[in-house]
Amino acid sequence: MAHWIEPQPTGIYVRPADAWIDPSLPQERALVTHGHADHARGGHGHVWATRETLAIMGLRYGTASGTAVDYGEDVRLGGVTIRYVPAGHVLGSAQIILDHAGERVVVTGDYKRRPDPTCLPFEPVPCDIFVTEATFGLPVFRHPDTGSEMDRLLAALHANPDRCVLVGAYALGKAQRVIAELRGRGHHDAIYIHGALERMCALYQDFGVELGALRPATGVPAKEMRGHIILSPPSALNDRWSRRLPDPITAMASGWMRVRQRARQKNVELPLVISDHADWDELTDTIREVAPNETWITHGREEALLHWCMTHQIRARALALVGREDEDEG
Amino acid sequence: MRGFSQLLDGLVYTRSRNGKLGLIATYLRDAPDPDRGWALAALTGSLDLKTVKSSAISEMIRARTDPILYEMSRDYVGDLAETVALLWPKRTDQPAELDDGSLSLSAIIDRLHNVSRAAAPDALAHMMDHLDSSGRFALLKLATGGLRVGISARLAKTAFAQAFDLDVDDVEQVWHALSPPYAALFDWAEGRAGRPDPEGTPYFRPFMLAHPLEADSVDLTDYAAEWKWDGIRIQIVGTGRETRLYSRAGDDISGSFPEIAAAFTGQAVLDGELLVKGEFQGGEAASFNALQQRLGRKAVTTKMMEDYPAFVRLYDMLIEGEDDIRALPWHQRRTRLEALAPTLDPHRFDLSQVIEAADFAALANIRAGARDAAIEGVMLKRRDSPYVAGRKAALWYKWKRDPLTADCVMMYAQRGHGKRSSFYSDYTFGCWTPEGELLPVGKAYSGFTDEELKWLDRFVRQNTVNRFGPVREVEKTLVLEVAFDSIHDSKRHKSGLAMRFPRIARIRKDKPAHEADMIEGLRKLVV
Repeated sequence: MAHWIEPQPTGIYVRPADAWIDPSLPQERALVTHGHADHARGGHGHVWATRETLAIMGLRYGTASGTAVDYGEDVRLGGVTIRYVPAGHVLGSAQIILDHAGERVVVTGDYKRRPDPTCLPFEPVPCDIFVTEATFGLPVFRHPDTGSEMDRLLAALHANPDRCVLVGAYALGKAQRVIAELRGRGHHDAIYIHGALERMCALYQDFGVELGALRPATGVPAKEMRGHIILSPPSALNDRWSRRLPDPITAMASGWMRVRQRARQKNVELPLVISDHADWDELTDTIREVAPNETWITHGREEALLHWCMTHQIRARALALVGREDEDEG
Repeated sequence: MRGFSQLLDGLVYTRSRNGKLGLIATYLRDAPDPDRGWALAALTGSLDLKTVKSSAISEMIRARTDPILYEMSRDYVGDLAETVALLWPKRTDQPAELDDGSLSLSAIIDRLHNVSRAAAPDALAHMMDHLDSSGRFALLKLATGGLRVGISARLAKTAFAQAFDLDVDDVEQVWHALSPPYAALFDWAEGRAGRPDPEGTPYFRPFMLAHPLEADSVDLTDYAAEWKWDGIRIQIVGTGRETRLYSRAGDDISGSFPEIAAAFTGQAVLDGELLVKGEFQGGEAASFNALQQRLGRKAVTTKMMEDYPAFVRLYDMLIEGEDDIRALPWHQRRTRLEALAPTLDPHRFDLSQVIEAADFAALANIRAGARDAAIEGVMLKRRDSPYVAGRKAALWYKWKRDPLTADCVMMYAQRGHGKRSSFYSDYTFGCWTPEGELLPVGKAYSGFTDEELKWLDRFVRQNTVNRFGPVREVEKTLVLEVAFDSIHDSKRHKSGLAMRFPRIARIRKDKPAHEADMIEGLRKLVV
């Protein structure tokens, strides 16, 4: 007989609850881990997610009917007890803990273990089946300390008072984290943002995340932006939009920046290795920590993590989920 | 090591020449001695280390990590040094990303100098443990010989000159009198000592350059005419004990053309064009295409030297023996060169002939009739001109053959770099086969004005039919008139043709794509 929880190409199906976790197709009942587009799609009948995630989905897809679930609150759905626990990935991100028939399954969605001033830290939950991401599932990915990366960003800014530093950062999560990290390091100058970031930054501020003075980068004379940090989505870095800026130093905040060729391909001059995903050490340490009977690997470089599990006598399988991984999002 | 590894990282990510110069200059000003001298040696390719083989490095990492994870990582990253630098497992009591500051660049160079080949992997591993990933990358690049950060020796010297407010040609002159870590050079640059004496060393002298001819004619009683050869400009500097070859940019290219350097044993400084002999030309100078096979190689195989035999067509002499003759008029230098040339190895050296023409009109006719693959046009040199550095008005002119043109159809576009990174500014264009298929014949990224670039960029964005990473395929509707110096057989394009120096001459908005040129027509222009 099939297991009560079943990975399918379009999401993870929870049979007794007749619900899908992060389905990539519209479903009647969807349990959503966080607001990134490859996990949260529009068009579901009913969504269970954290208040923050629902707000993010509302912003992106218009009003979604949904049930707001508090972290730690128990939700009963067809004989399954469901709990949302912080994943440390972005505002509102959650691991979904499912208890049924004496068995516990943890679906991490995306997660990281580094401190992030914009969201609650990841909570390890021991379980029988651990369903983990593997975006940076190769041992070459070891993210450096965030502080040293922020120092490099500020050093470049201060060394070039006649220019500006344009930081490419994913619109949900990374952009707000970079801003909050800058504020935490005493950088209180106005930060200019691309129009595509405005509403998401406002949403973060509504949820109490302090982002300081933000100004639109559109409709401002280039002169005014000299010596300032400007944030845009990665796609705008080398696009027409950036022509208006005063001689920008192109930076990008992403875990992919660890590989030189990746940074060069994107014409990035100042690669900042700042990631919202677990790096190799965090992935493997977390598996050890939650000590599951079995590990399922959802998306990313699953072969390497699968191999690591094998060599450490951890039962593991790779799931082939479609539509995951937006590389801009690292 | 951190200063040097950060410099290398900066050079990897910085595209603009000025940006690179600034990074190197800052480092050379701020870094301690003798680190900065060793860095300068590494950047100019003057560091002579016994190199560690890449197989030894893969073995080293296999012994420390899971070989399968290593293979997967290597597949993903590509570059061996970078894979190992990123993958290197640090001691568990140490964060992965920490340069503990215990190793200076000079300590590393010292260790690499003195270690035996057998002990090298262990020594390397020990050093890796003390570095962060940038440091490990720099170390592995040093140990495997070749930084490959897109810096020429000349650029590094230019940065040195910039750092200390010196003239790069002055630096160039003293360069070969010195050796790493260049203490005497830094002493001079920072005013602690006088200028090192370059006497007796084979140093580079700046080339004399030509202006394009703009006048309708010149008087041939004042100007002598020579062919302009389509090779690379080369300076041969012999001291009697040693001979070096320099490119137009002042880079030492002796290693790429050892047969030329070996064939000249005299004491002189000569100016000429480096060419290869083509079998299809009956032993005459071959096209630039053939020469390209020999360019940019650090080491050259016997087979390369046999297949593409190099020789130098001489056209000027700067120094003969102890005699600096640069101040003499051209005709006197020419007389002395004509006397010297027959004494040289005829396989490696010949004399660029002066073109005899009754008047300018006759010269124009001769120029128009020239179809030799290695001829790019005509040079006009004032008979009384001294040999002076750089481009001096009215002394030397180049009168290039009129460019060929073809009407081609834009097929693909790619974004440029630096200031042009938001513009689709590199265009691949094609011509028609008899079956009505377009095949690419070349790629151009110049020749248009800023206004035209904006127009072309908009055209690309509005007519994209497909995207392949950074490349866009466009609707095949836009005709570009492409100018080029010559066209050659090539295996690179499916059309079997490659243009030399193609540029966009005009945007032919008026011309329908099906009226663009045929491949067949272009093939008739191959020389």
